[in-house]
Amino acid sequence: MPPTWDRIRDQFPILDQKVNGRPLVYLDNAATTHKPASVIAALDRFYARDNSNVHRGLHALSMRATDAYEGARSRVKTFINAAAPEEIIFTRGTTESINLVAASWGAANLRKGDVILLTEMEHHSNLVPWQLVAQRTGATLRYLPVTGDDGLLDLASLDRVLTPEVKLFAFTHVSNTLGTINPAAELCARARALGVTTVVDAAQSVGHMPLDVQAMGCDFLAFSGHKMASVTGIGVLYGRRALLDAMPPWQGGGGMISSVDFHESRWKPSPERFEAGTPNFGDAVALGASCDFLDGLGRDEIRRHDADLAMEARDRLSELPGIRILGPGGERGGLVSFAFSGVHAHDVVTFADEDGIALRGGHHCNQPLMRRLGLTSTVRASFYVYNERREIDALVDSMRRTIKFFGAGG
Amino acid sequence: MSADLSDLYQNVILDHNRRPRNRGRIPTANRSAHGDNPSCGDQCDVFLRLDGDRIAEISFDGSGCAISQASASLMTTQLKGKTSAEAERLYKEFHEIVTTGKEPEEISDLGAFAGVHAFPARIKCATLSWHAALNALHGDPAPATTESHKD
Repeated sequence: MPPTWDRIRDQFPILDQKVNGRPLVYLDNAATTHKPASVIAALDRFYARDNSNVHRGLHALSMRATDAYEGARSRVKTFINAAAPEEIIFTRGTTESINLVAASWGAANLRKGDVILLTEMEHHSNLVPWQLVAQRTGATLRYLPVTGDDGLLDLASLDRVLTPEVKLFAFTHVSNTLGTINPAAELCARARALGVTTVVDAAQSVGHMPLDVQAMGCDFLAFSGHKMASVTGIGVLYGRRALLDAMPPWQGGGGMISSVDFHESRWKPSPERFEAGTPNFGDAVALGASCDFLDGLGRDEIRRHDADLAMEARDRLSELPGIRILGPGGERGGLVSFAFSGVHAHDVVTFADEDGIALRGGHHCNQPLMRRLGLTSTVRASFYVYNERREIDALVDSMRRTIKFFGAGG
Repeated sequence: MSADLSDLYQNVILDHNRRPRNRGRIPTANRSAHGDNPSCGDQCDVFLRLDGDRIAEISFDGSGCAISQASASLMTTQLKGKTSAEAERLYKEFHEIVTTGKEPEEISDLGAFAGVHAFPARIKCATLSWHAALNALHGDPAPATTESHKD
């Protein structure tokens, strides 16, 4: 069945169920999205017909599996408009992609006195790997501030923090807590003008909007399959080829060498250099299928759909007493996070679950940002292609009942 | 509201959440310990003034869900005046209540937490402050974390 917006929920088998006696309202898409039947079928088909270890295989199944794996790489290349398939490295997910850059590029290029520039809205996965490499290399971390509850990057401060000591600037494209869509192309251009290497965390953007790495002008870009209608365990690191070819391996093993001697080895070029061991080809095939699914729906349409729901939810929730809503007042990615005075996020999420509504409450792997905003946790509702306006009604009704129960909100 | 959910959010719990007892640092405390629940970000500090082996005064501070805040508040009312052996016994009983739903042996507000057992993800919320209190009592300098305990 080709993807269409008409009857889109029918394409996601998991949505057809009740939770606590109520129809499931799944609003936890920033944590992971569900998978359409076409992606599940692609995975099933691969394992039922083509499964075999890739590369070096001289038999029919291995050649089919290799074609499927390399086909998925080419599909991802087109999906983000990379210049060549060799710029697409398959990883376990966004976290591993960023760790790869930190361990390989970081160890080879960072020295004492260098500065790694991050922003105050980074997910722990785009923060802790840089802390680790800073400890190893003697580089230091610096942060571009967030303006406040409106969740924008303080671009007026960029000149102050983007100084000649900065060697790398890593930032998120869309904030998983604030919903902010950062001006990635502008940030990359400003960094490039100073010769600063850029890493973009696209975990929350790539499945929700058109994304063109060449137009964005980033050096590296990381994302996960499971947040874009694909399966867990597969992700991508995009890197500009000139950078990848100059980087040392980060893990050693089979598949990544051109020759091995007892005392030294020579490396293959990218992507094999960074894919030691048997790669996750089955899930890569599923990732290719999710690219087809999302392009079939149209990524401009997905962006509009998710943003419309998030903005409507923000506007409707803002009428509730005692609510504090984070993130920009205008255009945003497909999520809204908020806190109530007098009711903790985990109690809100427990009550919503009772109504069959899946939300997330907590620090969203954004502890420094939370502290900066004087919060310990928020409730987050995040939307995807299968969500509908009636689910916002269910969300708002549930929130209203919860704050009434706790006698909160004044 | 389902029976499970109303069992979880008993009036005793809602009352302690809304009007926490013994909240804030005791100026004369001679023991304290910090506890946190890394999976959800809940934090709790417990302050004790020990008089010999007896808890003369006890207070808490922190942030978290209604279950964790009410548990900390109620705990302070239960532990005041107890010896360390009595405190240990009370914790064992509380632990059994929140993990099995068993009612307390004597009539006690601790029974309000029996509903927690139906929500396994929330057991850590209820036990965080107790871990911190026992660490303070034992003079254990390491912060209590729910990750290092079976619950």
